[in-house]
Amino acid sequence: MTNDNKPAQPTDLMFGDDELERRLAQTWRTPAGVWGALTTVDHKIIGRRYIVTAFVFLALGGLLALAMRLQLAQPEARFIGPDRYNQIFTMHGSNMMFLFAVPVMEAMAVYLVPLMVGTRNIAFPRLNAFSYWIYLAGGLLLWISFALDTAPDVGWFAYVPLSGPQYGAGKRADLWAQMITFTEVAALAVAVEIVVTVFKQRAPGMSLDRIPLFVWSMLVTAFLVIMAMPAIMLASSTLILDRLVGTHFYNPTEGGDALLWQHLFWFFGHPEVYIIFLPAVGMVSTIIATFSRRPVFGYLPLVMALIATGLLAFGLWVHHMFVVGLPKLGESFFTASSMAIAIPAGIQIFCWLATLWGGQPVLKTPMLFVLGFIVTFVIGGLTGVMVASVPFDTQVHDTYFVVAHFHYVLVGGAVFPLLGAIYYWFPKISGRMMSETLGRWAFALIFAGFNLTFFPMHILGLEGMPRRIYTYQPEMPWAGMNMFVSFSALILSLGFLVFFVDVIRSTRSGQIAGENPWGASTLEWATSSPPPCFNFRRIPVVGARDPLWSQPEELTVAGGLRTDRRELIVSSVVEAQPEASESSPRNSIWPLLAALATTVMLIWSIFSPWAVIWGSIPIGITLTGWFWPKQTPEDES
Amino acid sequence: MKAGAAVVLFVSAILIAGCNGAQSALNAEGAAAVQLKHLIIGIVVVCSVVWALVMVVLVLALLRARTPRESPSSESERRMGKLVTAAVAATVVIIAGLTIASFYATRGLGMSEDATLAIKVRGQQWWWQFIYDDVDPAKSFQTANEMHIPVGVDIRIELESSDVIHSFWVPSLAGKRDLIPGRQNVITIRAERPGVYRGQCAEFCGLQHSHMALFVIAEDMAAYQRWAAAQRASSVSSADPEATAGKALFMRKPCAACHTIRGTEASGSTGPDLTHVGSRQTIAAGLLDNTRGSLAAWIADPQTLKPGNNMPMVPLSSDELRQLSAYMESLK
Repeated sequence: MTNDNKPAQPTDLMFGDDELERRLAQTWRTPAGVWGALTTVDHKIIGRRYIVTAFVFLALGGLLALAMRLQLAQPEARFIGPDRYNQIFTMHGSNMMFLFAVPVMEAMAVYLVPLMVGTRNIAFPRLNAFSYWIYLAGGLLLWISFALDTAPDVGWFAYVPLSGPQYGAGKRADLWAQMITFTEVAALAVAVEIVVTVFKQRAPGMSLDRIPLFVWSMLVTAFLVIMAMPAIMLASSTLILDRLVGTHFYNPTEGGDALLWQHLFWFFGHPEVYIIFLPAVGMVSTIIATFSRRPVFGYLPLVMALIATGLLAFGLWVHHMFVVGLPKLGESFFTASSMAIAIPAGIQIFCWLATLWGGQPVLKTPMLFVLGFIVTFVIGGLTGVMVASVPFDTQVHDTYFVVAHFHYVLVGGAVFPLLGAIYYWFPKISGRMMSETLGRWAFALIFAGFNLTFFPMHILGLEGMPRRIYTYQPEMPWAGMNMFVSFSALILSLGFLVFFVDVIRSTRSGQIAGENPWGASTLEWATSSPPPCFNFRRIPVVGARDPLWSQPEELTVAGGLRTDRRELIVSSVVEAQPEASESSPRNSIWPLLAALATTVMLIWSIFSPWAVIWGSIPIGITLTGWFWPKQTPEDES
Repeated sequence: MKAGAAVVLFVSAILIAGCNGAQSALNAEGAAAVQLKHLIIGIVVVCSVVWALVMVVLVLALLRARTPRESPSSESERRMGKLVTAAVAATVVIIAGLTIASFYATRGLGMSEDATLAIKVRGQQWWWQFIYDDVDPAKSFQTANEMHIPVGVDIRIELESSDVIHSFWVPSLAGKRDLIPGRQNVITIRAERPGVYRGQCAEFCGLQHSHMALFVIAEDMAAYQRWAAAQRASSVSSADPEATAGKALFMRKPCAACHTIRGTEASGSTGPDLTHVGSRQTIAAGLLDNTRGSLAAWIADPQTLKPGNNMPMVPLSSDELRQLSAYMESLK
C-alpha cells in the first residue's frame, strides 16, 4: 500500500453501502454521450460492444452462406459468377473465423472474466479499448472491400501461389492479409489482458483450484492466442512482402517454398479451432453445473483436459496437409497426435454426462443448447477422428465431408454453447430475461436446421463433391441433395432470425432479472444485473469453488480500496493472496486515436512500403499521448 | 431422435451410393480405392456405435432426473468416477485401434516399385496435361483431360504443377494428391475393371476450379496399346474441304500460338495439345461432350461457357467457325 504520506485518503471502509456506491460510481463512471462512448475503458461497455459487433458479422456471414446455397441449389446455376462466388466463400470463411468466432469468444471473456474473478476492471483497460477499435477497423476494411467488389478471392487460407503476386491480381489478397493483421492485433491485446486479469486480479481467496471453469478455459485460450497468432502474422506479413516489394518467400522458382505458407498458416490455423472451441467448453461446464443443480463432475480432469487440448493443439497442424505428399513417418505421427485429441475431448464429454447423471437437470433454453451441443459435437469429434486417419483423409480432404465436419465442430461445438451462453448471461448483461418460448423455438429451428443442412454434406463429400466450387455439372449425382441442403439452410436461418428477434425484444421488454435468476454459483451473479460501473460494491472473498452455493446468505468481503481513484486488488498467482492495491486507468481518448493512426498505417502499407516509416510517426505521437502522465490520482503509485 | 434418423439415412445412402455414380469414393474400382472404402466403412461403423452409446447415456441421464433423489453422496461420486475412468480407457483403446488400422492401411497403399507405365500429370489453370514420355522422344505424346490406362497393372502418376496448387483426385481409383509448383509428387493407381472414371481438381485453384474435370479411361492392354499407337502418330490431314479450310484458318489465326498439332506448324504450348482432340470424349476439361456443335460453341465464346479461362475469344465469321470446328472434329 502506498498511502504513508497521505493518511486522509478515503477508502471503502469509511462509508456505508449507499454512500460507498455513490462515491464509487463517481470514480468509475463513463460519462454519458458521444464523448463517453469514445473514451470509455469499462470492460462491460467494451465487451458488450464487442459482442454486438461480432453478432452483426455473424448475421452478415450467414447472408453470404445463404447466397452460396442459392447458387449451389441447382447445377450450373448462374445467380453468382465464379469471381463473385470466390469472393463470397472467402469472405464467409474469413468473416466467420476472424471477425465472428474468435472475437465473440474473447468478447464474452472481456465482459465476464473480470466479473467472474471478482475485480473492478480488466487488466490494461485502455489496451482493451484499443483492441475493439482495431477489430472494428479490420472488419470494416474487409466488408467495405466486399461492397466495392474487390474483396479477397483466394479462400480464408489464401494458399500461395494463388494468392501470390503472379496469380493474385489487384489488392485483394493484400486486403485479406492486412485484415489478418488487424484482427490478430486485437486478439493478442485481449489475450494479454485475460492472462494478467486471471493471474493477478482474482478476488482474495480464489486460489487456482477455485477458478470458475469458464475462466480456466479463457486462460488456456489466451495462451493459445499468444502462441499461435505470431505464426499467422509472420505468414501474412511475408505474403505482403512478396506481393509489395518482390521478396520470394513463397516463390519456388526463386528458392521460396509454396508449402512453407501451409505450415505457417496451419500452425496457427489448427490452434485457431481450439481458440474458438475451448471457450465454448468453459461455457458448457458453467451452464451444465448451474442447470444440473450441482457442481460440475471432475473439476480437475476438466481443467487438465483444457490444458492437454491446448498443448496438443500445436502438434497436429499437419493433418490439414495430408495430401501434399509427406514422408510416411510424418503422416503416422500426425495421425496419432490428431487422434489423441479425442482423449481430452472424451474426458470432457464423460464428465458432463456424469454431471447430468448425478444432478437434477432443468431443461431451460441455455441447457437445451448444451444438450444440442453434446449431440452434434460428438458427431463432429468422431468425423474429426475419421479425417485424422491419413488414408481416410485422402478421399474426403477438400470435399463437402470436411465442410460438414468442421461445421459440426464449429457450429455444433462452439456456436451452440455460445447461443446457450447468450441466453444464460443475457440477464446479467442487460438486466432482463430472454423469452423462454422464443428460446425454445430458436433452439428447435437451429438444431433441426443445422443437422438437416450439414449432415447430408458428409454424403455429398463421399460421393465426390469437392469444396469451393461455384457450380457443378448436371450429370453429377449431387443436385437433389444440394437442393435439400439449401432448403434446410432456410430453416437454420429462420432459427437465427428468431434468436435475433428475441434478443431485440428482450432488451426492451424482457422480464426484469434480478441478481441471480438461475441460482448460479459464480461471482458474476453476486452483483446487480446489469452490474454497476465498479462491478462490486465491496470485493468478495472466496472460500470455495462455488462461492454463491457455499455462502448463499452473504459473501465475505475485503476492504481498504480507495474510493477517490480507480483502484483494484492485485493478488498472488497461486493462492490469490492480496498483495497490493493498484490503480486502474481512467477513461481516455488516446486508444481511439492510436487505433486510427494504426489503421491508417496498415491500410496505407497495402499500397506503399513507405507507409511503415511515415505511418509510424502518428502512431508514435498517439502512444506518447496515451502514456503521458496526466497528474491524476491514478498516476500516484 | 432426429440425429438417429440421420444415421440411418447415412448408412442407407452409403449402400445406395455404392451401386452407382461415376465420381465417388464409395464406387471403388481401383485397388487403392477398394482398400480405402473398407477402411472408411470400418471407421464409420465404429464411430457410429460410439456416438449411439453416448446418446443412450445422455438420454438415460435426462430420464433419470425425473425421479427425485438425495443430493450426491461421496459414494455415488466415487462410482461415477470409476465409470468415467473406464470410459476414458475405452476411448484410448478405440483411438489406438483406429490409429493402427489407419497405419496398416497406409502401408498397404505404398508406392509400387514395378509400375508398367509412368504418366506425367501437369496441372494447369484450368485443365489437365497428361504426358506419356518414352525413352524414344519420337514415341512421346501428350493429351489433355483424358488419360487412358491399361487395366490390372500399376500406373505411376507423377504430379507437377505449372502455375498454382491443384489436386489430382479420381475417387473411384485412389485418394487424392496435390500438384505443387516446385515439387513432384508420385502416386500409384491401378484400375481393376475397364471403365471411365471421372475425377476433378480438389484444391481450390482460382476462377474455374469447378470446371477442371478429368477422365481416366481404363481398358484392356490391347485396346490401350491401339490407343497409344494412334496418339503417337502425327495428325492426319482430312480430305474434307471444310476441314482443310479450317486447318489453314487455325494456322493463320492466333490458335497456333497456344496449341500444338503435331504434323503441322502449330506448336504453341500454353493450351492443350490438339493433335488428336477429335478422339476425346469431352472438351474444356469435362465441361462439354465433344461434338462438332460443342466445339463450335466453345471456339465462338469460351468466356461465356467457362468464365475467366485462359482461352481468348477470337472473332470469327460463321463460315470460319464451321471450318474450324470441322477441322477439330477431324483430328481423330
